[in-house]
Amino acid sequence: MASNSSGGGSSDRQGIAQQRLRIIAGHLRGPVDGDSTILAAECKAQGSNTDVSSEGKTVPRRRQEIMKWNGWGYSDSRFLFNKKGQAEFTGKRYRLSGMIIPGLKDWFEGTFGANLQHKTPPTPLLTNTAVPPATLNEAFVEEVKSTGIPFSHDAEDRVFRAHGHCLHEIFALREGKIGRVPDMVVWPSCHNDVVKIVQLACKHNVCLMPYGGGTSVSSALECPPEETRSIVSLDTSQMNRILWIDEKNLTAHVEAGIVGQDLERLLNESGYCTGHEPDSMEFSSLGGWVATRASGMKKNIYGNIEDLVVHIKMVTPQGVIEKSCQGPRMSTGPDIHHFIMGSEGTLGVVTEVTMKIRPMPEYQKYGSVVFPNFEQGVACLREVAKQRCAPASIRLMDNEQFKFGHALKPQVSSIFTSFLDGLKKFYITKFKGFDPNHLCVATLLFEGNREKVLQHEKQVYDIAAKFGGLAAGEDNGQRGYMLTFVIAYLRDLGMDYYVIGESFETSVPWDRVLDICRNVKARIIRECKDKGVQFPPLSTCRVTQTYDAGACVYFYFAFNYRGLSDPVHVYEQVEHAAREEILANGGSLSHHHGVGKLRKEWMRDTISNVGMGMLKSVKDYVDPNNIFGNRNLL
Amino acid sequence: KQFTSHKDPMLKKRDDFEDILEERRTSSDLRYALRCYTPVLYKGVTPCKTSVLKSMVLQSDQLHYVINQVSKESGRAADDVREEASAILEEMAHSLQLSTVRFFAFMLSKVFKTLFRSICVNEEGIQRLQQAIQEHPVVLLPSHRSYMDFLLMSYILYTYDVALPVIAAGMDFMGMKFVGEMLRMSGAFFIRRSFGGDKLYWSVFSEYVKTMLKNGYAPVEFFLEGTRSRTSKSLTPKLGLLNIVMDPFLKGEVFDVNVVPVSISYERILEESLYARELLGVPKPKESTSGLFKARKVLSEDYGSIHVYFGQPVSVRSLAEGRVNRCQFNLVPRHIPRRPSEEIQSFVNDSAYRLVRAQEENMVLKPWVLLASLLLQNHHQNRAAGQKPGMALDELTTQAVWLRDVSRQYGAFLHWPDHTSPSEVVSSGLSLHRALVRVCEGRVQLAVEQGVYLFEFLAVVVLSCASYRNQMLHVFVRPALLASAIHIASSNQKQEVFNSFSFLRNMFSSEFILCPGATVQDFEEACYLLVKTGVLQVTQQEVLVTERGHRTLAFLTSMLDPFLQGYQVVCRFLCEEDTETLTEKQFIPAVRKFIVNHLLAGRLRYAEVLSSDLQKNALAALQRLGAVRKIKGYVGFHHPCVPGWLD
Repeated sequence: MASNSSGGGSSDRQGIAQQRLRIIAGHLRGPVDGDSTILAAECKAQGSNTDVSSEGKTVPRRRQEIMKWNGWGYSDSRFLFNKKGQAEFTGKRYRLSGMIIPGLKDWFEGTFGANLQHKTPPTPLLTNTAVPPATLNEAFVEEVKSTGIPFSHDAEDRVFRAHGHCLHEIFALREGKIGRVPDMVVWPSCHNDVVKIVQLACKHNVCLMPYGGGTSVSSALECPPEETRSIVSLDTSQMNRILWIDEKNLTAHVEAGIVGQDLERLLNESGYCTGHEPDSMEFSSLGGWVATRASGMKKNIYGNIEDLVVHIKMVTPQGVIEKSCQGPRMSTGPDIHHFIMGSEGTLGVVTEVTMKIRPMPEYQKYGSVVFPNFEQGVACLREVAKQRCAPASIRLMDNEQFKFGHALKPQVSSIFTSFLDGLKKFYITKFKGFDPNHLCVATLLFEGNREKVLQHEKQVYDIAAKFGGLAAGEDNGQRGYMLTFVIAYLRDLGMDYYVIGESFETSVPWDRVLDICRNVKARIIRECKDKGVQFPPLSTCRVTQTYDAGACVYFYFAFNYRGLSDPVHVYEQVEHAAREEILANGGSLSHHHGVGKLRKEWMRDTISNVGMGMLKSVKDYVDPNNIFGNRNLL
Repeated sequence: KQFTSHKDPMLKKRDDFEDILEERRTSSDLRYALRCYTPVLYKGVTPCKTSVLKSMVLQSDQLHYVINQVSKESGRAADDVREEASAILEEMAHSLQLSTVRFFAFMLSKVFKTLFRSICVNEEGIQRLQQAIQEHPVVLLPSHRSYMDFLLMSYILYTYDVALPVIAAGMDFMGMKFVGEMLRMSGAFFIRRSFGGDKLYWSVFSEYVKTMLKNGYAPVEFFLEGTRSRTSKSLTPKLGLLNIVMDPFLKGEVFDVNVVPVSISYERILEESLYARELLGVPKPKESTSGLFKARKVLSEDYGSIHVYFGQPVSVRSLAEGRVNRCQFNLVPRHIPRRPSEEIQSFVNDSAYRLVRAQEENMVLKPWVLLASLLLQNHHQNRAAGQKPGMALDELTTQAVWLRDVSRQYGAFLHWPDHTSPSEVVSSGLSLHRALVRVCEGRVQLAVEQGVYLFEFLAVVVLSCASYRNQMLHVFVRPALLASAIHIASSNQKQEVFNSFSFLRNMFSSEFILCPGATVQDFEEACYLLVKTGVLQVTQQEVLVTERGHRTLAFLTSMLDPFLQGYQVVCRFLCEEDTETLTEKQFIPAVRKFIVNHLLAGRLRYAEVLSSDLQKNALAALQRLGAVRKIKGYVGFHHPCVPGWLD
């Protein structure tokens, strides 16, 4: 524990000195300057008046100011059925905001057998009495206080950081049930703050749980109930600056707490982007992506997180781990980045990342293709992957999801558009003979310079035609992608009316794609029936990423839980069975959601005994006292 | 959970039957044959043309792989091998045609009405099958007692508007030129009896079956027992085809496969005396069209009724639940043929036994089956005691009523008309089988004259009767093994009895359907039944026979006795035979001669020991027990290993 040796009295003095330095640096720091090739910034001032949110950053320390405490996303944005029974989406943030969605009610009632009369509203307010009192490590608190790093043991702050967005987590919150929560939250604002916190945690033996965007769907943020030490949630959201942009090498050095939308927006201001767009990018953070091996929608052009990072800095109980240079590829033994990526907060906190950046694409175009059936669609995606000509994004929805997407069509403004829609429908179903109960849709997103995009588009549509695919317009494509951003909001709507659901993913070799889709969907339906679910569930899937040797498949399932005494338990049993089915069909444990605590039981079978031993020995060396005690992964 | 627990057979619930010939007797056969036939297929797929099916098979990844492999190994051109594969497929594939089916529907209506009083089918079973076909690929597994079986199956399914199956048939049918093609057009496909090492043949065959099954083009039907049972006992299941049809599920190519055991019970088997002769070593006539023509004289006889019971569809998925780790197929492309792992082999084997037992359970037993076993036992006892031959009719009736009640207690699916008086039931049973028994001066006896010169005739009658007796063996086999074990064991100690039971069970495991590795369960089941029926008292330590239990116990032991004696005589033959080794071919004739001598000398009571089936099973058992060794076509044996108590 070399880096921890500077404990005791000297650290106080050091702390004060550093704080002063920071204040000075804060005064000196100018705004991000687009002219200079290298933009640099130091850790900003503590205690200075600079308010983080006023800089156009999305996430304030008090998340509750803008976000729901018991549901997805912004407080101002939600689906509801208005007095006329029509669905609408509130707020102003999204394309769908303020719009009426006429088809949703019928789809909702028809698919789930739900009824707008049967409501299950959530507990409206968080009652502080429901929150267990904080177990504080006084010595640790005192020392943190002396560093000037902001912290809180306010009940709301703690509850906010005690969960991700698994169904059981949100369900419990809606019922006002709160289990073990962190005892304290700290907000470091730079790498050095993190170093200090980790040192103090080691010194006082408190348990640290890194918290980024809070979008986990693997129970990774759940506090281990058996943990007796004080649990401190280390919220990275205030470490959110782009420290420099290197236009010669096309890299940017960024603090790991930045959320996706801010990163893209700020880079866009300088004419760049990372192109990393996970569906959760509004809220998920760079550090979270690294810690879970995230994947972005446009990975076909930009790559997944492992392809994007050039350099990572992580603070561990043993000290800071990083590489000494930024060479684009190295042959220096096993890549230490691969110990960090996917470590899910069990080894340390990722503080700074150097990422590849690209000039913003000059032209973007959505598109969609209708296939007579899912089999043809998959065959087409396989061919596209074989020819290595996948657009930035290509996704194939099955028939159920196509219908779902259709139900989300906002009210059309003119008779002409609705006439056109009718004509399209007629052409596809009557003239081309597609069965509306079998057809499926691929959504496409092309990026690049205009000429190449158009050329690329033609190439892909030509392949699609060979598999019976018909181009179905940009609009369908764009709506498909919108669905990914609003799906989590929709789950909250379902939960208002006895409908619970979740999505999960896997990756699988090409020859297994159809089999896994069919079998997992059938297994979900079978399990729901066996477990006494009264109505057939929604069980649907889509292929969301293509690779040379396989694809990523996403499953959605949801059901009406009226008549069930313990819906969450039923739900968990079904999800468990579905995962077993995935594994039995050659699918992976996870493509990008990670393992967390939810999928731990399958780790040994997944990576073998020796693999487990390897990971364990890394953990034992890096963190012998289990300071990073979230107990994910292993 | 698909199988009813064997624990309490008395609680078994079975469906009612409906006679499908009834309607045939009152309405036009022609109209029936030409009626609208629109079966529903799996998930509503449309049936597939034979030519399309063949090209799917030939273009499959698996076959592609094997063709290249064979071509590499043999140095032949790939096209050449492909030609061969195509030829194999031509020889094999069915070409189901509705017109042929209609022709058969018409002809068979005529034939069935002449031969049989009724063909009874459980309609609920048909409904379950109908449902299963729509949801999953379905495999039909009928029992196999007669050539009639598969025509009968298709006839029934046609009658109920259920999808017609494609049926795995032995190549021997192909010998009958015209008939072979007719069968092909009614859905049969033909496989060679043995193709051991022929990779290409196996590959074409398995791909052909899987393609039909996976796509749900038609239910696949085959006989788990591999061949017709000449003895009416279920045969040890063959695993090849079962392996093939389970494969698509295990590899995730379909969500599930449903297997439907079907029990076809004949009140009187068409091939009755044919089988007996065959078992006695009179070679079976080669299948030929002219032979079939000659066999038409059977048309003038009465063969009673047929009961066809469609069992509960068994989901392969639930059979495999917790037994097979399907991840084992993750690391090698699924189209590359591999020998099934040990885990899968044992799973398929266990499943096969469970399915055969499911067939057995729903076999309908006619009162004649009880009469045949009583008469046989009596025949042998009389021979021993030198009494007047036969049994008084009223005594037979009394005993039959007793046995009726006992067998019901043991869970037999007995079709005893309760509204008729027992004596009428008995006499109607006897009259249907007048070829085997006769009533003479109020005494019932086997239809044989005394005397050496009719020895062969006697054996035919005894073996025929034994085959009817065998129909109820599955009901009694476990209790009978326990009864014999008690008889043999040196004390009443439970452990002792169990050891004897275990030995007997092991020895007879090719003779009867005894699930491998289920010794303890079988022992418990037997104890349970015998305790429940008041025959035994079983304590922690001891097994005691009750006062009133002796009669049942005696019945049970004498049921097993011919088999015990038979195995014993085979042992004696091996011990007394001078040569140390003999060829497999020589074995049966030699042991037969030996047995005939014993029978004639009165050292052996049971003529049924002449059954070559029993002799083969005995040899297999001795081989399994290590008393006999097989040396490349020769049979060698070690004298000292023959267990002492057999002498």
